[in-house]
Amino acid sequence: MKLDLDRGIIEECRACARAIADEVVREARAVTTTSIERAVVRLLGVDGVDSSGVPLPNVLVDEFRRANRLAGGAAQAVAELVALGMTPQQVAETAASGELRARWCEDTEGGAEALDAYRTRAALEPYVEAGLARIRASVERRDEFLGLYGHGQEPLLYVIVATGNIYEDVVQAEAAAHAGADIIAVIRSTAQSLLDYVPYGATTEGYGGTFATQENFRIMRRALDEASAATGRYIRLVNYCSGLCMPEIAAMGAFERLDMMLNDSMYGILFRDINLRRTFADQYFSRMINAYADVVINTGEDNYLTTADAVDEAHTVLASQFINEALARRSGLRPDRMGLGHAFEIDPALPNSFLYELAHAQLARDIFPEAPLKYMPPTKHMTGDVFRGYVMNAMFNLVGVTSGQSIQLLGMLTEAIHTPHIQDRYLAVKNAKYVFGAARDLGNEISFAPGGIIQTRAAEVLSKAHAALLRANELGLPGAIAEGMFGGISRRSDQGRGLDGVIERVADYWNPFEDRLRDELGLNPSEGV
Amino acid sequence: MSGNLQVGLTRVMAYGDTLNDGKVQLSFSLPVRYGPEAIEAAKQLAAKMGLEDVDVVCAHDLGGPFTFFIVYGKCRHSVDVTALSVPRIAIDSMGFDELNEFVRAHLDRKIVVVAACTGSDAHTVGIDAIMNMKGFAGEPGLERYSCFEAHNLGAQVPNETLVAEAIRLRADAVLVSQVVTQKNVHIANLTALVDLAEAEGIRDDMIFIVGGPRISHELALELGFDAGFGAGTLPCQVASFIARQVVKNAHRTDAVLPEER
Repeated sequence: MKLDLDRGIIEECRACARAIADEVVREARAVTTTSIERAVVRLLGVDGVDSSGVPLPNVLVDEFRRANRLAGGAAQAVAELVALGMTPQQVAETAASGELRARWCEDTEGGAEALDAYRTRAALEPYVEAGLARIRASVERRDEFLGLYGHGQEPLLYVIVATGNIYEDVVQAEAAAHAGADIIAVIRSTAQSLLDYVPYGATTEGYGGTFATQENFRIMRRALDEASAATGRYIRLVNYCSGLCMPEIAAMGAFERLDMMLNDSMYGILFRDINLRRTFADQYFSRMINAYADVVINTGEDNYLTTADAVDEAHTVLASQFINEALARRSGLRPDRMGLGHAFEIDPALPNSFLYELAHAQLARDIFPEAPLKYMPPTKHMTGDVFRGYVMNAMFNLVGVTSGQSIQLLGMLTEAIHTPHIQDRYLAVKNAKYVFGAARDLGNEISFAPGGIIQTRAAEVLSKAHAALLRANELGLPGAIAEGMFGGISRRSDQGRGLDGVIERVADYWNPFEDRLRDELGLNPSEGV
Repeated sequence: MSGNLQVGLTRVMAYGDTLNDGKVQLSFSLPVRYGPEAIEAAKQLAAKMGLEDVDVVCAHDLGGPFTFFIVYGKCRHSVDVTALSVPRIAIDSMGFDELNEFVRAHLDRKIVVVAACTGSDAHTVGIDAIMNMKGFAGEPGLERYSCFEAHNLGAQVPNETLVAEAIRLRADAVLVSQVVTQKNVHIANLTALVDLAEAEGIRDDMIFIVGGPRISHELALELGFDAGFGAGTLPCQVASFIARQVVKNAHRTDAVLPEER
């Protein structure tokens, strides 16, 4: 604890965040969503597209919805058909061919054939087990790689590729790994977060990024495994567990051994206008899958500072980190898998901006000692002056290594101009390696003047975050969001995209993966019910 | 000595440390494996760009078949600055109070501005700088002006929604921000907006403005907009342009008001 923070206030912040999270989880567990149910059928092994290119999980879940079967959970409806001798994949294909609807039309109950629930549910058990075993196999494989190559030295170097073409992404990712990058994030095509389905197959066209598809995950994973062998370092893969298909991406990422997932509790609500109830329900289940797949989540608090001032609103970042932590805990994520986010976005014209950045970064480190903190580079004050930008990135790297950040998303000198060119990434890695090497142990050598600028600033941010959390607890998180507490953006729970995909659960709702994961992750089964 | 330099504007060359030395720096990568051939390839490419005395001062192996270069050379070309004609917006920019007063004096209502990042673009940093209360670089945004009724629809707004809202709110000005320009996605999107506005019969009733780091006034005019604002634009510049245009249009005898719908 370099900042000499008031432990009592930190504890009160945590207590507040826990209360906020309990309420969110209670509401999340009262509903299911079309995307949760599509994730369930994916976990049961359903994959592929129909003759017009619609993903089978969508076809099947839409069919269940028409038959009014979603409120009980897609698994129950699939189980009834599996008990009659089909595989889940065959059930989906039956839905695609129209046979399922024909069969259900004869039966006004929508397929509730006269089988007792216990027997039908037992019929699905092998498929549930197979889905979980597939995730466990991914975890074991990652552990083998980490055993072989080690975990790497923090801050880990995180770069993005975003060509739109997965094969071109592979070329750039290999070059970045060769230069020294530890983590490769494939940026998604702009607006994929608003698609209510996950595109299928390998893709070569995208804007501002590449579509997240299971095949693209597989292609990049294979390439990075080869890069790991070539460089002797485990190269981690990242994608976005966010947007309208959050739980499905969690399932696909778990299968294809993604190592990190961007997954923030409020990002979609605030910045993509995705409905709040949809987001919280999707996220609750997604994070359980992430936890089981041993994935490090990356939260998105840095984004607040792109719309709000980095000094005035620094406390909202901290308040949100407490909330993300509490919600992640409710989904069974370990503290060392919570890549809480923050950013270097203070106006460089402000005197002592470097000291404030250091105070904010050290604050996150002191309060979340186990978290693999994700530190985001300057973007808002990057101007197109690449030379000045390169210096700002060096300052950012110096704060990162000094304050002991875990995941350093490298700034690009061409930020605000274009998606990175191949040399931009190379120069960013060189910058980080130089600064991290030159100041490797600086953090251990320095202490901050008691009552000086840095300690005072940190205490001030903590105190304001405390006040914000008290207020958020009073209002409830939806109320605080409606008030515009985060990022200065206001959203209401009865508005936003994807609300039509939120469905109240019936009393005997069944999601076998939620049940099993709660069990495996040691979560209290009645919590939030 | 520099005071005595004869700087002719008819044959302007790049300036390094001596007038007319033509010195430029550039950096680029080639998909060629690092080695003497890669360096020679960089030299020849630079020569084809019109550089003489090419000096590859730095060549780095990017891994795989890629090499990065930093190159200096003398650019033999020159430009006649006296013959240039660059379209620019003639903004007589007013300050915050002056502008509010100007509108109050000339118009008996508020000016309605509807703004959005359209299409797939999720980057609100530009539109927020112009619209939000807080504004940009110490200059308040349009929301703070008493003379404006400012509506910021946010990111990823379909053109259809923007036009529908502009009609519903009886907008005087429509403000579009485009930050993502990869593969010229903004061109198609901006063209589609103008087409839609024309189809709805509102194109000439409202001021259409586009802004973004890669946007120039010239490009905006080409695409059928009234004005384009690039990087570093202050809210008061956009505000002044809108206010003057609206006041000017209000005094046109042939002004056609949007139909009530």
